[in-house]
Amino acid sequence: MIGLEHYLVVGTVLFVLGVLGIFLNRKNVIVILMSIELILLAVNINLVAFSSALGDLTGQIFAMFVLTVAAGEAAIGLAILVIYFRGRGTIAVDSVDRLKG
Amino acid sequence: MDLQHSLALIVPEEILSVGGLVLLLAAAWLGDKASRGISVAAVVVIAAAAAFTVPVLCGGNMGADTQAFFGQLRVDAFAAYSKLLIYAAAAAALMIAPRFFDRWNAMRAEYPVLIVFAVLGMSIMVSASDLMALYIGLEMNSLAAYVLAAFLRTDSRSEEAGLKYFVLGALASGILLYGMSLTYGFAGTTSFEGIRAALSGGLSTGALFGLIFVLAGLAFKIAAVPFHMWTPDVYEGAPTPVTTFFATAPKVAAVSLLMRVSLDAFGGHADAWRQVVTFAALASIVVGALGAIGQDNIKRLLAYSSINNVGFILVGLAAATVEGASAMLVYLVIYVAMSIGSFVAVLMLRDAEGNQIESIADLAGLSRTNPAIAWCLLLLMLSLAGIPPLFGFWGKLVVFKAAVDAGMVLLATIAIAASVIGAFYYLKVGKVMFFDEPANKAQGRNDWAHWTLLIASTVFISPLGYLLTGWLGNLADAASAALFLTA
Repeated sequence: MIGLEHYLVVGTVLFVLGVLGIFLNRKNVIVILMSIELILLAVNINLVAFSSALGDLTGQIFAMFVLTVAAGEAAIGLAILVIYFRGRGTIAVDSVDRLKG
Repeated sequence: MDLQHSLALIVPEEILSVGGLVLLLAAAWLGDKASRGISVAAVVVIAAAAAFTVPVLCGGNMGADTQAFFGQLRVDAFAAYSKLLIYAAAAAALMIAPRFFDRWNAMRAEYPVLIVFAVLGMSIMVSASDLMALYIGLEMNSLAAYVLAAFLRTDSRSEEAGLKYFVLGALASGILLYGMSLTYGFAGTTSFEGIRAALSGGLSTGALFGLIFVLAGLAFKIAAVPFHMWTPDVYEGAPTPVTTFFATAPKVAAVSLLMRVSLDAFGGHADAWRQVVTFAALASIVVGALGAIGQDNIKRLLAYSSINNVGFILVGLAAATVEGASAMLVYLVIYVAMSIGSFVAVLMLRDAEGNQIESIADLAGLSRTNPAIAWCLLLLMLSLAGIPPLFGFWGKLVVFKAAVDAGMVLLATIAIAASVIGAFYYLKVGKVMFFDEPANKAQGRNDWAHWTLLIASTVFISPLGYLLTGWLGNLADAASAALFLTA
């Protein structure tokens, strides 16, 4: 029987993978955008699982909002990335070094 | 609780959203040549929203009457106080922009529109009393802010700042959201009131994890240590009017949000988050002070200064009392005035070709070539350091007093000691401007908007500011009373 815990474990694993993807990836900024999506999807799994376990619809409505915002966020991220590529000719993570720190 | 009542409460947000959409159409229709007109119109829209917010603050509104949309928003005196501060900072960011962007022919009509939408998001953030409204407001502000950071799209530093801000901001939102999902799951509701009631029996491990993740996400947004890494890069890379905006309005919004979440939703468990906030406060003060010492770019220096100031604001939060909240609100006003003043002063420094001067070495001898700006900048720096006759001292004093009254003597002592370290780099800027041989770099004429803002903020932080302490204190007390109503 698959219960709430299983969903929460999947959510946690996806969340950790997403965070690690942002910090360990040294190659490509697109991978970072994918990691961000992964984090948001992990949250959605959590919200829907809790919503179903609690018998309360709020979590599913929240998940709808998160999906919408995630779409907007991806669009803005890609737009910034296009500008960046136009200026530098590369989207390698290591090229993001003009500002020290 | 009917729809009419809710709609009447959110008139400022209605003005901002309708105004923003109309300006967006105007920007699309008329093109970039209308950007000055649209900037003026955006200031008018924000002023109109402010006009409808003033009565809420002056009336000290609080209680059940202030709830809109079934508890999604709470439009009380606390929200109104933060909103007015945000509106003022946003109007300043609009006024200083045209002259700066004209240099690159980059004044585009989207700038005022994006600022209006960011302000709308922040308005929702500070009045949110539900996790969903909180998230929507926060993202509305963040999405506009990512674009603003990359606004000078031909400048490699600006595009890099935009990219960094986007990646780290999105990560922060993700962490915050994960915390909110756990909070929802273990409290069974998303409303702050409901969370407070559900957790009154005790904090389960799951809810504690939720609390920690939410605090970490918000610490990112206010640039508190250990989540401050993006601040110097973004502040340096973003165009200076945008940096002025970032250092003021979103910071006020995020601090207010943090207050609402920790004192309202998690208000029953102050002992659970007090240690985290205390650590973040001390670490921010120390890292802000030490990090600023080696900087040679004045915008980076001001970024570390803002990290340092956030630390002092968090000292008030660690107290977790009405006095602490009121002290934070007073500090925020003074901080916003000091930040606007110092960034406008930086904005006014140009060399013979009209390029911006950002290196501290190029400020040498500014007192002889440009005495008015040099004196204003010196006063602002001394005020940021908290040196007594200036108004910046008052902010630190009320925050420390609140901490001591709450029995956190050790925290206040360490914070005061660290603020002395901080004074070093502010004084260094003063020394370069007043005692070094003139580099004869800074010149160039400035328009009235820059002078007005610089002089207004310098007068505000001068000892004349003390005339306002009673009035400001009353407003902040009313606002924090509204915040603590449910506590």
